[in-house]
Amino acid sequence: MTAEAADLEVAKINKFRDPRIRAIFYQILVIVLIVGFVAYVGHNTAVNLEKRGIASGFNFLSQPAGFGIGIVLLMDFDSQTSTHLDVLLIGIINTLAVSISGIFLATIIGFIFGVLRLSKNWVVNKIAAVYIEVIRNIPLLVQLMFWYFAVLSVLPLVGDSMSIGNNFFVNNRGVNFPAMIPSTGFWLIPVALLVAIVASVLVRNWAHKRQDLTGQIFPVFWVCLGLIIVLPVIASLIMGNPFTMSYPEFGRFSITGGWSLEPEFLALLLGLSIYTGAFIAEIVRSGINAVSHGQTEAAHSLGIRPGLTTRLVILPQALRVIVPPLTSQYLNLTKNSSLATAIGYADITALFAGTSLNQTGQAIECIMITMLFYLSISLLISMFMNWYNKRIALVER
Amino acid sequence: MAIVKTERHEDLPPPVSQTGVIGWMRENLFSSPLNALLTVVSIYVIWGALSSIISYAFINANFVGETREDCTGTGACWVFIKARFGQIMYGFYPVEERWRVDVGYILAAIGLFLVLSDFVKNKKWPAIYTFVVVPIVCYFLFYGGSFGLEVVETSQWGGLFLTLVLASVSIFVALPLGIVLALGRRSTMPIVRMLCVGFIEFVRGVPLITVLFMASVMLPLFLPEGMNFDKLIRALVGMSLFSAAYMAEVVRGGLQAIPKGQTEAASSLGLGYWKAMGLIVLPQALKISIPSIVNTFIGLFKDTTLVLIIGLLDLLSIVKAGTTDKEWVGMATEGYVFVAAVFWVFCFSMSRYSIWLENKLHTGHKR
Amino acid sequence: MSEAAMTQTDIDVAIQLIGMHKWYGEFHVLKDINLTVERGEKIVVCGPSGSGKSTMIRCINRLEEHQQGQIIVDGIELTNDVKKIDEIRREVGMVFQHFNLFPHLTVLENCTLAPIWVRKTPKAEAEATAMKFLERVKIPEQAMKYPGQLSGGQQQRVAIARSLCMNPRIMLFDEPTSALDPEMISEVLDTMISLAEEGMTMICVTHEMGFAKTVADRVLFMDAGEIIEQAPPQEFFENPQSERTQLFLSQILHNG
Repeated sequence: MTAEAADLEVAKINKFRDPRIRAIFYQILVIVLIVGFVAYVGHNTAVNLEKRGIASGFNFLSQPAGFGIGIVLLMDFDSQTSTHLDVLLIGIINTLAVSISGIFLATIIGFIFGVLRLSKNWVVNKIAAVYIEVIRNIPLLVQLMFWYFAVLSVLPLVGDSMSIGNNFFVNNRGVNFPAMIPSTGFWLIPVALLVAIVASVLVRNWAHKRQDLTGQIFPVFWVCLGLIIVLPVIASLIMGNPFTMSYPEFGRFSITGGWSLEPEFLALLLGLSIYTGAFIAEIVRSGINAVSHGQTEAAHSLGIRPGLTTRLVILPQALRVIVPPLTSQYLNLTKNSSLATAIGYADITALFAGTSLNQTGQAIECIMITMLFYLSISLLISMFMNWYNKRIALVER
Repeated sequence: MAIVKTERHEDLPPPVSQTGVIGWMRENLFSSPLNALLTVVSIYVIWGALSSIISYAFINANFVGETREDCTGTGACWVFIKARFGQIMYGFYPVEERWRVDVGYILAAIGLFLVLSDFVKNKKWPAIYTFVVVPIVCYFLFYGGSFGLEVVETSQWGGLFLTLVLASVSIFVALPLGIVLALGRRSTMPIVRMLCVGFIEFVRGVPLITVLFMASVMLPLFLPEGMNFDKLIRALVGMSLFSAAYMAEVVRGGLQAIPKGQTEAASSLGLGYWKAMGLIVLPQALKISIPSIVNTFIGLFKDTTLVLIIGLLDLLSIVKAGTTDKEWVGMATEGYVFVAAVFWVFCFSMSRYSIWLENKLHTGHKR
Repeated sequence: MSEAAMTQTDIDVAIQLIGMHKWYGEFHVLKDINLTVERGEKIVVCGPSGSGKSTMIRCINRLEEHQQGQIIVDGIELTNDVKKIDEIRREVGMVFQHFNLFPHLTVLENCTLAPIWVRKTPKAEAEATAMKFLERVKIPEQAMKYPGQLSGGQQQRVAIARSLCMNPRIMLFDEPTSALDPEMISEVLDTMISLAEEGMTMICVTHEMGFAKTVADRVLFMDAGEIIEQAPPQEFFENPQSERTQLFLSQILHNG
């Protein structure tokens, strides 16, 4: 081997030892592998679909669904004419309905138990601890099945409904309660509510300015609460109570009139909010604990009363710690609402990735659309979280 | 002019009202009128709840008998659980072969005890035994087909046994996969990083149910003709991929907590990427993320119940099937309470273990 | 002493601790504390760690509860009465070892929070007062920054300004320089000295013996929950009476 050849050899080896070149090589390798894998899977899928006589594509969305749906909100659904697209929309609406009400309820439960968990009262503290430790360590699906099959399904038959004050019925088909049916002139009530909300914002701003100028503190919360209650009541009185109450009544086979909530919805709502509430309680507790005791002491030593200390010093700091995991719990709740399938609530997964899929055989399309829906919600929530984190980040050196 | 105290004041016991039972109660139960009211109301509520739970589950419950007719009390009918206990534990695993499952349990329990407890300091051999020997032995034990053991098809597996198999196989696959994904996410190669981020964020953004649907409905479409997995494997693929994404985030958290100096020190010693990772960074990162790994495992363990929806007979679904039996109408409460209790015992002890580990790690760091 | 003189001294008493005891559980932290601080007096409290000095001054504004004896601040006795506790806390300012500034508020907002919400001062006025005190602690240019952006010494000066904004008649300092880097100690001490020169009643828990020599009217030595020795600084440092004081001083001066 000549010296020249040896040099070339070294150069060759060194080239492959250059991490940058190696990185490019590895990445090309990864791409080739992935493309090959996708092509292989794609080929198999095409063969399999052809064999089963399934045409891929989204044409099935415009075909009539041909099945009935238990719970339909905000839309008309007819099993003969409505399409799979309608099914998808109803699924989305139902998922959002149960998720939003679940988030609302779970937040209330979570904050109450989180604060109780911090109580100096030993008994109260332990009750909250037991709730958190019991609920968090039992699978959500078990809890859902418990609520649905062991609690709501064994309620009395419609004929023997438990009644509360004759207007409120509980039976194994759900809960019936009085409904308010608007009549002419009802419009003034929502308008009054809107006015009250606008007025509240104005009052708040005015109170801020007045406090800045004179130092007087105005009871903003109570005044606004009063406005929001009193204005609609006045509006209702002016128009002579422009609504009729529809009370649930016993018919021969069922209860008619009023509004009702189905047991599937109730079980899912209860299960989701109690389960998520336990996690939120833990988040709230650790968030408040994360604010050092020195902050409270500093506020107290300045003469700020405990209630005001919580509002001005503790909460603003605790919320920074609480909000990010809280939003991820909201996301979990939304994703967990897909367990509706197990108890027959018509959410997007049960309807679209379940019934529609079975009817049409369009497995890939149905599952992809369903996943896309959840992904977009995740994306929206994480975008909100990033925005919030940036907004509240503590300024440090 | 100085004032000097020459005698030392003796240590006095605190005033009686501050200590002992009375002091404790004053401090923790009756520190203000509102607190006193809360205490009284809470005790009343607890009393009501506890007494009805105890009378339902124990005093008025039935434990003896064979059939539904033996349940005459007003409380729970535990006869239902007793009558189906074999199924609840092993599913349809043949009765005369169930010893194989028990042997597997014992082998795994010994391994886990050696690895997790403090009694053995050198964890190398216990780890090899638990994570290499036991899985292989258990595979041959449970499935059979060699060493003169009869084949037991996975469709016969069920109950708590299936739940445990699902959870342990998934974690066993998910952990290494998660480590690879976490390393990929921190890689300097943009394509590798993008692929890992894409996979992790995609899986974390969708519910497990849809992943399981995908595994059970779409996987058969992806495979060449004639080739097919059984239902259990499909569920395992779904669960493992799902948990791997969550595991990746846990491991990433651990990796981020390791100071950059460690990698730099390793490189300066002449270690390449894999050696630096494998010998220096990963062991530390994994050690500090063990509590979070245990927590992820608790989540995974609870999530195994979702296989009910794709038709596997795990603990929850075998009990559900039992409650729909005509002979045992109206046993839903007993069934689900029992399942809840089993899961609670597992998950609660694991979460206590994770807390214990965390405390141990903390003290370790303080020193 | 004549009757008239008695009343005169009574009015001039800022803080009075009479036979005060405190326990943490079974542990007797403060034993029979008797202390009278006259208006305008500056007291430095020193002693080994765990001797109860911080606990004692924290009892004065009720951050800790005492279990026996009396604490009288500005003629008001501390009891469970929330009104009285508030009244006293408004009159007594406190500076902590770890500053305890509110990290989510700017320096200016830190200073105006209590005047606005407790004293109900109009915002403009509160801000003007705050700027006045920030100038006095020599950091008016930092008013719009957040505490996290300041150095330790600057943060502690903000904390002093924050207390002063409530116009307290008494200031308590709980080891105000212990958490500071050495080069920042003097800027905080200078602020405290100028405060002392204006006649503020002060109780300082500190190991800064130089500060004690220049400012203190009286130095207290505490050990194991008792006030062992109290004397004017010169006498205290040159001729300590008790053995424990001598030991303590020799340790501090050797290390210092």
